[in-house]
Amino acid sequence: MASLEVTGLTKSFGPTHVLHGIDLAVEDGEMIVIVGASGCGKSTLLRIVAGLETATSGSIRIAGREVAALEPAERDIAMVFQNYALYPHMTVEQNMAYGLRIRGLPKAEIARRVAEAAGLLGIEALLARRPRQLSGGQRQRVAMGRAIVREPKLFLFDEPLSNLDAKLRVQMRAEIRRLQRRLGVTSLFVTHDQTEAMTLGDRLVVMHAGHAAQIATPMEIWARPADTYVAGFIGSPAMNFLAGTLTEGGHAVALKAGPTLRFADGPRTGGEGRPLTIGIRPEHMDLAEGGIPMPLDLVEPLGSETVLHGRLPSGEALVVKLAGPAPDAPSLPVAFPASALHVFDGETGKRLDP
Amino acid sequence: MRKTTFKGTALPLLLLTPQLVITAIFFLWPAGAAIWQSLLQEDPWGMSSQFVGLRNFTEVLAEPEWRGAAWNTLIFSTSVAVLAMGTALFLAVQADKSIRGANIYRTLLIWPYAVAPAVAAVLWLFLFHPSIGLVGRALNEAGIAWDYKLNGNQAMLLIIVAAAWKQVSYNFIFFLAGLQSIPRAVLEAAAIDGAKPVRRFWTIILPLLSPTAFFLLVVNLVYAFFDTFGVIHALTGGGPGKATETLIYKVYVEGVQNVNLGSSSAQSVILMVLVIALTAVQFRFIERKVHY
Repeated sequence: MASLEVTGLTKSFGPTHVLHGIDLAVEDGEMIVIVGASGCGKSTLLRIVAGLETATSGSIRIAGREVAALEPAERDIAMVFQNYALYPHMTVEQNMAYGLRIRGLPKAEIARRVAEAAGLLGIEALLARRPRQLSGGQRQRVAMGRAIVREPKLFLFDEPLSNLDAKLRVQMRAEIRRLQRRLGVTSLFVTHDQTEAMTLGDRLVVMHAGHAAQIATPMEIWARPADTYVAGFIGSPAMNFLAGTLTEGGHAVALKAGPTLRFADGPRTGGEGRPLTIGIRPEHMDLAEGGIPMPLDLVEPLGSETVLHGRLPSGEALVVKLAGPAPDAPSLPVAFPASALHVFDGETGKRLDP
Repeated sequence: MRKTTFKGTALPLLLLTPQLVITAIFFLWPAGAAIWQSLLQEDPWGMSSQFVGLRNFTEVLAEPEWRGAAWNTLIFSTSVAVLAMGTALFLAVQADKSIRGANIYRTLLIWPYAVAPAVAAVLWLFLFHPSIGLVGRALNEAGIAWDYKLNGNQAMLLIIVAAAWKQVSYNFIFFLAGLQSIPRAVLEAAAIDGAKPVRRFWTIILPLLSPTAFFLLVVNLVYAFFDTFGVIHALTGGGPGKATETLIYKVYVEGVQNVNLGSSSAQSVILMVLVIALTAVQFRFIERKVHY
């Protein structure tokens, strides 16, 4: 158990810059999820922490010790890979014991740790089997077991659930979270799946094009996204974005779609006519008399809720999520509750707070 | 794989014919003739022959010369297999690293396979000939008495090196493919588990290469048994004395030089049985062996 500090980390492959200065402090026992679309640099960041790639510049400290120049073996970390990376020619038991044997632990100690981890993961019955005789979920457990027995300072997870089917993924997700809490090991978990990110992380790092767009708790990211990228990435269906300009001395926005909306939380700075992007989550939209009429393209009934896709008179697409069934009509009036608006700069996409 | 079912038997038979005809003419017929011949005793002019049953075999197996050749073959083929596979594995491991000019390096390593055995032998002859060879002369000038035409051990060493050299390319290709099929993540996992490169090689890479290595072992043994006639013929001609006479070379000496067709045929039948046994072992192994 240990803290992890990453400061000013950059990585370039030749002329391609993959990471532009990442700063991240993970506290002892915390689980941080790094989430982002493919190619955003999240796996590279994890591999640099593991020591499988070398950073171009920056420092990595595990438990206060600078490790940037050390081999993976000397960093006291364990990693769970996307395709499990089990040793195919070894039994489950040998897979788990491999790292301990290399460290020259006494046989009794190895056996004790392997048995303990196997019990924790419910794989005692599989110890004599080889990886190819296991299902995806079982392999995943063995990979976890191999990490646990090492009792490392830091767990690294590289999209470990993406090869599992949907049902198993949900199950393993909960299992990983429970296990991590119980063992209290500082963890870094990489995923592209926002549900995984939201449910697993104490805090999230939303990566975008080699930058950490926002580092915060899941609820904070959902409630106060730092920019339009984060706002659009977290939440399903994705947040709606509407163009508008600042008006009424900073107290309201004149939407391109028509109405002028008054901010519930106070004025924004900037001159009259400053371009803004207004974000509103589909589940916060209302149907109300006197709203903007929206012709519907598509209605998706999901049972407990209904998702409506339409297009505003301004040509902007809009998604509305309703609790319960939708009224049967070709066009519905939609309203924007002032309390649910997210205000972003129209040019930079950065969040604007009062 | 898609399965196609033919209606009737005429078309499938027609499609199979070329292969069957080739097998029959170049394989079954000569093999059958050899087996028949091995049961006969014939005079050198081919005027008369007489059925002698298994006498050719009992005579061959009792002959000290044949036993000597069998011993030579054992030494020769094991050494060729070990040397060719060891060298190829070493080169493949080096070529698998991401190095500058890896493609050129790989291509150059594959070239020797395209060299005909006799040409390869001449090449080695020009290197190691005691009076005209570059290396041979250098050795003699350095005070080492090098003459493979007089020293049987040196002759054996030379044909082993020459034969192995030709086979390195083939082994190299297979080892390189085997290395490249090992998932990177498995090696990374081992690195994180604390295994240093040497340890990774012995505990992860080598076990995962073992199916490839076994396949190559059989191929190399078969090669050393049967395909090295050209190298031996051009370099040492089985000499000095009979120091480099292997079983396949002895078949030639017996049949073509001594015109003892019965004995020569019996010897080739024995070799045939050997290669069938080797292949059978290989098939059994491949069927049973774990594929990772």
